[in-house]
Amino acid sequence: MNAIAGQKPGLIWALRISVIVLVGLWLFPTVGLFISSFRTGDQIATSGWWKALFPTEQNLTLRTAAPETQVPEGDLWVIEGNLFEGESDAEISAWGTNARDISAYGPGDMAELRGGERLTVEADGSYRMEATEEMGGRRGPRVFVTAVVPPEFTLQNYETILISGGATDNMARAFFNTLTVTIPATIIPILVAAFAAYALAWMEFPGRALLIAAIVGLLVVPLQLALIPLLKFHNEIGIGKGYLGVWMAHTGFGLPLAIYLLRNYMVGIPRDIIENARVDGATDFQIFTRIILPLSFPALASFAIFQFLWTWNDLLVAMVFLIDATGETTVMTKQIVELLGTRGGNWEILATSAFVSIAVPLAVFFAMQKYLVRGLLAGSVK
Amino acid sequence: MHPAIQGLLTIAFGVGGCVGYFYLSNVILDKLIFPARGPHIARNIRRANMVRPWLFLLPALLALGLYLAYPVVETMRLSLTERLPGGGSEFVGLDNYSQMLGEAKFWEALQNNFLWLLVVPAVSTAFGLLAAQLTDRLAWGNIAKSLIFMPMAISFVGAAVIWKLVYDARPPGTEQIGILNAIYVWLGGVEPQQWLTIPFWNNFFLMMVLVWIQTGFAMVILSAALRGIPEETIEAAIVDGAGPFQIFFKIKVPQIMGTIVVVWTTITIVVLKIFDIVFALTNGQWETQVLANYMYDKLFRANDWGVGSASAMIIMLLVMPILVWNVYNARREMR
Repeated sequence: MNAIAGQKPGLIWALRISVIVLVGLWLFPTVGLFISSFRTGDQIATSGWWKALFPTEQNLTLRTAAPETQVPEGDLWVIEGNLFEGESDAEISAWGTNARDISAYGPGDMAELRGGERLTVEADGSYRMEATEEMGGRRGPRVFVTAVVPPEFTLQNYETILISGGATDNMARAFFNTLTVTIPATIIPILVAAFAAYALAWMEFPGRALLIAAIVGLLVVPLQLALIPLLKFHNEIGIGKGYLGVWMAHTGFGLPLAIYLLRNYMVGIPRDIIENARVDGATDFQIFTRIILPLSFPALASFAIFQFLWTWNDLLVAMVFLIDATGETTVMTKQIVELLGTRGGNWEILATSAFVSIAVPLAVFFAMQKYLVRGLLAGSVK
Repeated sequence: MHPAIQGLLTIAFGVGGCVGYFYLSNVILDKLIFPARGPHIARNIRRANMVRPWLFLLPALLALGLYLAYPVVETMRLSLTERLPGGGSEFVGLDNYSQMLGEAKFWEALQNNFLWLLVVPAVSTAFGLLAAQLTDRLAWGNIAKSLIFMPMAISFVGAAVIWKLVYDARPPGTEQIGILNAIYVWLGGVEPQQWLTIPFWNNFFLMMVLVWIQTGFAMVILSAALRGIPEETIEAAIVDGAGPFQIFFKIKVPQIMGTIVVVWTTITIVVLKIFDIVFALTNGQWETQVLANYMYDKLFRANDWGVGSASAMIIMLLVMPILVWNVYNARREMR
């Protein structure tokens, strides 16, 4: 492309711009979720997340402090304070005391309230309300303001999701459950598959080609077929629904890819190394543990990442083999689906919990992308 | 017992058990059953070496047999039987299949699955090829690639939430927080659309989620294939005066056709099994049912194992040609 594009600078620019557009399109949805997870529910519901990065004009309903805070000043009763309670750098452009006329006054103007109080609101939200008689009532009067609010982000959602949230909002347990499913389900198939792959790659025995073909076939068998027979089987042998069952299921479902990937890699190890070791008197077991396993590290890492991503992100297998009626063992994907159903409107909870659940795979992805790509290239059946 | 301890024990037990099994079985084979000494040393070594591969394979074969091969047969059997109240089952022939074929929801699922099959692999592969070609010799191409590749790591459920925010609709007159409706209103649309509830077209909004995830996969594989094209063929084309589009479509694409087919079939398999996205976003309402979700409905909501298994067999049937093709290719390659 260089040689051709080199003749046409315009083409190079067209190329760059189209790549930027493409990347932008692909990144945009995820960024939306990420930014939303740092906004309050009100913010998410009232303005698009893409506006969160810039100051926006918003209509807010605020209240002055309660009358019990009033202090006598000469022959006046006075309440002073800030409508934003010092939490925002918003700038007020207009305000009102009646819901039907929310921009009746400008900053610095004085409004007369129904009870005879006089209220002055400055641009920064500070106000002074004075009255000739002692003010009554439980709460301060409402003030409607139109203000330019600077970008504001909060970690409150993460606190709710991870620490303080109630039963359905708290993801800490589900996070932990997902981890409990994932780690054994990643480690165990690797070992089982490695031995099998070695036998299929470097040992001569009748039926080997047939076995390899069978494994290529099993690679694409939909796991949907396995649900009922295996659930029945698990119930019959007494493990029912639980971690043991889900670990075994993930091991079984992951094995074809593991064996296939590892065998393809092991076949590529130079024959000389293995022959030399044999001549020196090494047994197959020694060759496997001392030579093949260390040399196959890249393939092992590739599969480990696949299996990790797949088990972490899985919904179906967990729903069928793990999660029982008590919900004690619910995993993150399942809890998010439930949130989608019951609290589809609570975007701050949804966005944050979704982001908590995708953060770990994303970290693994960026840290070990090299192995993932290598595994993909080896694993797509040619 | 606390699940964490249980998990650690399982890891220790699983790993220790595997290593122990492989080590001990080899020792027993070499030292006890066929010892490499005595009068029959040559015969014993030969026999030990005949048995050993099966020792290495045994755990894997057991797991594969139990968790993948047996379920295929068992599902087939279940699809031909009906559960009787109070346990047991009876053979009902093809009744489950005829009941399923009589349901409108099944036909809707089958139709939608075919629509997915038609659209998703084609669009993902096309976008993947485009991304691979565009980023090919760019200095920052690798960064661009890894960002397009990123959705691969996101779960279908996570992706469903991400796209639900994109498709969100607010009442007319209020500010839209879903980007699609925001653009729609900005372009002059009056009534914000509930995109996921518009029959027929909502299928495409669901497919978009999968395309978004799978494009990165297609791009990675195709980009490696593009790099593998011999330089001479391209140089020769340039010398002959071919333009960039001619080079791409007439020189490059034909040379990586094999890889394109592989990518296409791999995504096809993903599409055939698609479940999470539909389950999380619409759960098959508004005419978006697909086979895997239909099956889940039958198995776990209607508790009808017969029809559920029958629909699982339909998925298997659809996968079959790809399975046969893969096995055929793998065997040819090994010769």
